[in-house]
Amino acid sequence: MTSANTGQHHGGPGPGSGHWLYRRRTVKGIFWGLILVCAALGLADLFYHRHTVFDFEGFPVAYGIFGFVCFTGIVLSGWWLRRLVERDEDYYDR
Amino acid sequence: MIDSLSPGLILILGALLVPFLPGKSRYVYMLALPALAAVQLFSLEPGVAGQTEIFGYTLSLVRVDKLSVVFGTIFLIAAFYNVIYGMHERATTQEVAALVYSGAATSAVFVGDLISLFVFWELTAISSVFLIWARGTERAYRAGMRYLIIQVGSGVILLAGVILHAEQTGSIAFDQLGLSGLATWLIFIAFGIKAAFPFLHNWLQDAYPEATVTGTVVLSAFTTKLAVYTLARGFPGTEILVYIGAVMTAFPVFFAVIENDLRRVLAFSLNNQVGFMVAGIGVGTPLAMNGAVAHAFVHIIYKSLLFMSMGAVLHRVGTIKASELGGLVRSMPLTTVFCMVGAASISAFPLFSGFIAKSLTLSATAQQGYVIWWLVLVFSSAGVLEHSGIKIPYFAFFAHDRGYRVKEAPPNMLIAMGIAAFLCIALGIYPEPLYAMLPYEVEYEPYTTSHVLSQLQLLLFAMLAFAILIRTGLYPAERPSTNLNTDWIYRKALPALVGWAMRVGGAVRTGVLARGERRLARLHMQVYRHYGPRGIMARTWPTGSTVLWIALTLGVMLFLYYV
Repeated sequence: MTSANTGQHHGGPGPGSGHWLYRRRTVKGIFWGLILVCAALGLADLFYHRHTVFDFEGFPVAYGIFGFVCFTGIVLSGWWLRRLVERDEDYYDR
Repeated sequence: MIDSLSPGLILILGALLVPFLPGKSRYVYMLALPALAAVQLFSLEPGVAGQTEIFGYTLSLVRVDKLSVVFGTIFLIAAFYNVIYGMHERATTQEVAALVYSGAATSAVFVGDLISLFVFWELTAISSVFLIWARGTERAYRAGMRYLIIQVGSGVILLAGVILHAEQTGSIAFDQLGLSGLATWLIFIAFGIKAAFPFLHNWLQDAYPEATVTGTVVLSAFTTKLAVYTLARGFPGTEILVYIGAVMTAFPVFFAVIENDLRRVLAFSLNNQVGFMVAGIGVGTPLAMNGAVAHAFVHIIYKSLLFMSMGAVLHRVGTIKASELGGLVRSMPLTTVFCMVGAASISAFPLFSGFIAKSLTLSATAQQGYVIWWLVLVFSSAGVLEHSGIKIPYFAFFAHDRGYRVKEAPPNMLIAMGIAAFLCIALGIYPEPLYAMLPYEVEYEPYTTSHVLSQLQLLLFAMLAFAILIRTGLYPAERPSTNLNTDWIYRKALPALVGWAMRVGGAVRTGVLARGERRLARLHMQVYRHYGPRGIMARTWPTGSTVLWIALTLGVMLFLYYV
């Protein structure tokens, strides 16, 4: 990769320095905002009738619980899968 | 325009002139080719044209119906923005290869017979490998060779199936085939290799991330979606596809979690997305078929967009490893926004294109009572959010700021990403034009309260899980690694087996030869003893003793004569 491609330059602000996205308040705000939205979506289930094909879809917060559990399961399985299949980066080049 | 001219041929034949065009005129010409092909496509009347008789079989180059038109349209749209995306590279081989490849895939969806399909099938394989080799590294060369062998191999299996099918039925027409014997199974497996069915899939994750920045974007659009088209044409409603598709959606999500190369993460994601389409084709109802086709259409756009954004990162930063990236939102804000549009689309957020397509397949799968497989598809939707919706933008543009201060992506890349992002949002908000192009007349309303709130609940609770896993340190950290997959069989196990066989064979050969050599040596020694310089047969007899022997022999003869 040439410098013309990368266009990198030095002397700019250092990592994480002061950008609003990296401020503690922003990160905290996003986290609690997400919790509030999830709570609202969970509560919304009480105020409308969900059209379902399977009975279990009608269970309150069914999709939310399913999404949370599946996502957590997928990510945590990464620890186990790593032990099984992870090798050095140059494994095939040796 | 000419009825018998396939729109794809305009790209293939037009590509031959590209090397002779200088400067900007080359790119004007290259953009005109897909535009001209689109004009040709929409001027074609439904039906079959361009037929030729060869050895008693009818070859049909142009078969126009809703299925071929919708795939042809999206292939030409992709070919168009791919030209824009690759303009900065000024790489002639790659430009010709990309156009021929796009043209071959487009031609393949318009053919009406299996022999013509085979020809364009192989042309996609041969032309596309140059997009990998254009990277110019030893690694890319080897990956390209593996890719080529597998792709050409799928063509050979297809040809074997076609020959058997022609012999059994007397027809080479490419219509609904169904699984009814060895011939159709061979054709099905050939399609399955290109669609990257489970255990036949790893050529995709092996080769695509090794291609050039533009090459990977181009590759992502055509090969697997051509396979989806052929499955939709030849095997709609084949139940085994429901199971194959569901497994395809599920298993890549686990590998994507631990993959460090972000373009390889997208290759796993591609595999997962094609799984939804395959499952839809397996369900086979009009709603499911529409779902599969709509999904292919929108997927080509948002997957291109994601690969384009990662290509821009690779182009600017020089690496695409999650363990080395982070904080690029500060230097590449537009690329970040485009990437997030792609991420929202693939995750099927309402108002983005994935939502209006994926919900068709999910609804159809549920309606047909495939409860377990429907659950697998919903599970995989959470997986899509993990790897493509969050992991890609988060680790490249946010997460830990690594201090890269690079330029924003080149203007041509931004324009291409802008077009793709616009289409993702436009189709998400206003899906009617796409729905009108789908093969079946089906009334479907994606924006119902139930659909929207259920999907938002699924996605936002999953995002909450991500936030908690990151805050608690339970999310596996990105680190440099190679993760074993099925390619281990032909990259390590088989070479090791062949090496072992060679060693054993060599030892046996050496043993046999050594024994033979010993015997030969013994024989040689015996011969040598008698005939060698000191052997009895080689002695120089003194003249006197020779005369004595002759006299003795004559004496014996004389005695015997008188007796």
